[in-house]
Amino acid sequence: MTKLNSKTPDGPIAEKWTNHKNNINVVNPANKRNIDVIVVGSGLAGASAAASLAEMGYNVKNFCFQDSPRRAHSIAAQGGINAAKNYQNDGDSTYRLFYDTVKGGDYRARESNVYRLAEVSANIIDQCVAQGVPFARDYGGLLDNRSFGGVLVSRTFYAKGQTGQQLLLGAYSAMSRQINTGKVKMYNRHEMLDLVLVDGKARGIIARNLITGNIERYGAHAVVLATGGYGNVFFLSTNAMGSNVTAAWRAHRRGAYFANPCYTQIHPTCIPRSGDYQSKLTLMSESLRNDGRIWVPKEKEDAIAIREGRMKPVDLPEEKRDYYLERRYPAFGNLVPRDVASRAAKERCDAGYGVNQTGEAVYLDFTAAILRYGQERANILHIKNPSAAEIKDLGEKVIESKYGNLFQMYEKITDENPYKTPMMIYPAVHYTMGGLWVDYNLMTTIPGCYAAGEANFSDHGANRLGASALMQGLADGYFVLPYTIGDFLADDIRTGPISTDSPEFEATEKEVKERLDSLLNNKGTKSVDFFHKRLGKVMWDKVGMSRNAEGLKEALAEIRQIREEFYKDVFVPGTMHSFNPELEKAGRVADFLELGELFAKDALERPESCGGHFREESQTEEGEALRDDTNFAFVSAWEWTGDPKDSQLHKEELTFNDIELKQRSYK
Amino acid sequence: MMNLTLKIWRQADAKSQGKMETFKVTEISEHMSFLEMLDVLNEQLINEGKDPVAFDHDCREGICGACSLYINGQPHGPDRAITTCQLHMRTFKDGDTIYIEPWRAKAFPVIKDLVVDRTAFDRIMQSGGYVSVNTSGNTIDANAIPIPKEDADNAFDAATCIGCGACVAACKNASAMLFVSAKVSQLALLPQGKVERQDRVLNMVEQMDKEGFGNCTNTGACSIECPKEISLENIARLNREYLMASLTK
Repeated sequence: MTKLNSKTPDGPIAEKWTNHKNNINVVNPANKRNIDVIVVGSGLAGASAAASLAEMGYNVKNFCFQDSPRRAHSIAAQGGINAAKNYQNDGDSTYRLFYDTVKGGDYRARESNVYRLAEVSANIIDQCVAQGVPFARDYGGLLDNRSFGGVLVSRTFYAKGQTGQQLLLGAYSAMSRQINTGKVKMYNRHEMLDLVLVDGKARGIIARNLITGNIERYGAHAVVLATGGYGNVFFLSTNAMGSNVTAAWRAHRRGAYFANPCYTQIHPTCIPRSGDYQSKLTLMSESLRNDGRIWVPKEKEDAIAIREGRMKPVDLPEEKRDYYLERRYPAFGNLVPRDVASRAAKERCDAGYGVNQTGEAVYLDFTAAILRYGQERANILHIKNPSAAEIKDLGEKVIESKYGNLFQMYEKITDENPYKTPMMIYPAVHYTMGGLWVDYNLMTTIPGCYAAGEANFSDHGANRLGASALMQGLADGYFVLPYTIGDFLADDIRTGPISTDSPEFEATEKEVKERLDSLLNNKGTKSVDFFHKRLGKVMWDKVGMSRNAEGLKEALAEIRQIREEFYKDVFVPGTMHSFNPELEKAGRVADFLELGELFAKDALERPESCGGHFREESQTEEGEALRDDTNFAFVSAWEWTGDPKDSQLHKEELTFNDIELKQRSYK
Repeated sequence: MMNLTLKIWRQADAKSQGKMETFKVTEISEHMSFLEMLDVLNEQLINEGKDPVAFDHDCREGICGACSLYINGQPHGPDRAITTCQLHMRTFKDGDTIYIEPWRAKAFPVIKDLVVDRTAFDRIMQSGGYVSVNTSGNTIDANAIPIPKEDADNAFDAATCIGCGACVAACKNASAMLFVSAKVSQLALLPQGKVERQDRVLNMVEQMDKEGFGNCTNTGACSIECPKEISLENIARLNREYLMASLTK
């Protein structure tokens, strides 16, 4: 069995990153001009990496399947970005951010990577402000912060509910500047369909031009995959419709190990589903939990009355409401981590207390916050004896300034006014902590192939804290990868341009063409979505928020069955050499059908509960997740051997020197 | 539940001639989004072995700016301050006929059906829509320069532009002034962007003109139809910035 070498540097944790940068190989500026790097994906990690690498002097080619790099799904992140700035003077520090992230991830992340993430977090904010990112500010002109789940300090920087958009447009602008200088060549509407290895190293990709349909070859000295997560394996998720696993999965099939595929984040505050036609789910930012209180009725009859429309939630008196998060977790209350909040919602709904027609919804109520803020504003404005209506009005204005766009989004979708009646929310698939296994340099098990952002597995363990995805994407792209990639590229200063005429490129291109041709020539009777929806249902029912051995075994068999039927009966209209969105979808779903099986297998072979991975067999008497550090303190890295069922497990043992391993408690 | 008639623009590619085609969809729920209604149509077409209607879409929550339909003569349809993916079928009535067209502008050529090429916007950004700062772990501390809250808020409001192109589609001249002004304003309002404000505005306007967008005649349709309600004040600011830069450069 190959030993996974994380290449974690020696020394005390606070000095590892500095030592590492001092000791790795560096490519001199003149030589960088002779080296090409492909970056796939233009989200926070991809755009920031492409811009930074180009500024350093490398020749970069960036690829995205969207019509513009500005549309990558990072744009939809709402709540904020964490950084250990300690601007609020509440005792924050690099160590505290590191500690919160490792604990929040339920002790399944690599300490050294997480510490580095916390260490560079403050630079990210400086960099973004320098780029003109308009973060929220207070009246003194300084940056404002808010709190997110699972932590006891305010370290989240934000731009209303559009933080991801503002950060992505910052990275996009930095990349646009490099496109203007010619150092980045941009390929919009191009989808990577395979990785090309030459002499065991990643030396290029095969991509399809989504407008002409042509299959094209691109060579480079290294390939960076910043291609996001695979939450769409569930069909319904908060991911964009196009988000997919294909680039990462194709690299996996070429030798990159896939780590912890079963670690999925089910986000607690999403708009509940409304019907079978639904194409995606919409997230309501976790920042809402700063001011919203989550509840269901205490009595089942009240829940039933609400479901049947005989009672309105605003008419249910305080004492008949169960603020179950505040009840179960007094220390963190409504700001427990996402996995804990999601399971608690499911527990209440499964017990019959759900509040919408499907029985799968809980309330998120802003009444108390509106009154609190209203009173505060009345004091500031010296309004004596304000009426209840005045207070409410002032309070609503404060809430609007904080979350206006989220409230508007909610109203547009549900046709209900959340200022007047509590929001209804339910958990939905949101983020995948698993991804391509990478070492400390962010290199996968294929030399020269890197993974950054959500596409890698490294920093969030088994559960990601809110506002940490933006932090990690930008940390990887701005401050980690541009340095660490030099360690590999230093050997390539005399290689010269990578030719795409080699037999390796030819063979890989041929495989891609055959794969697409066979989908087009299948001439079955069912649409791609038909199979995707079936896969999604199995994933949600049996590999979703809580899992057990029996269900997982059934899922394994059912996913195989769906995959077989897909290849027998899928119908893909159109042709290869034209704009053909159905063909794009077909390729992505084919890969999801393989990943889904590995996902279920990984969940089955980890009988402990940890973070977002909840095994019903492993829980405390109070129903909390129960970890097994003696037997499972490792990263599961899977090697492709030709069929997901035969994938081979490699273990990277996790050692904790700077944090004491203990059962997570938010009580 | 609704039954609807759809009149949709079909065009095989940029070179082909396009035309309106008629389709029927039945049992459409009022809770569906407009794009989910088109999903239903496409599923129906695929099951009949026909070519589905191509349209751009991705996040389906109103922020990526990919969706771009001209519905009953309005960009993103009849509702205000939303994108097409946020438009819900409750806005329509049983028996309605709905006309669906692509953005129409010389600078946005049709790729297929309802999909257009908006890379002109990217090229405008590349000409100057940034602050020329390299990635560095040593920029000054983020709080070193206080920014008045009002400036920061105004910059943010301008920065919320999603680059969808509705402003161009709404404009009788197919002008891109609102789009360009949003970026020029954002950066001109912030101290970090002030350093290059003159070159930026000159370069971005020059590129805008090169792309073949029309001129602004202050009708204001762009701002009315903008899903992010980008204000016309930004166009005024763009004009001021441009005039100042032309006089001093």
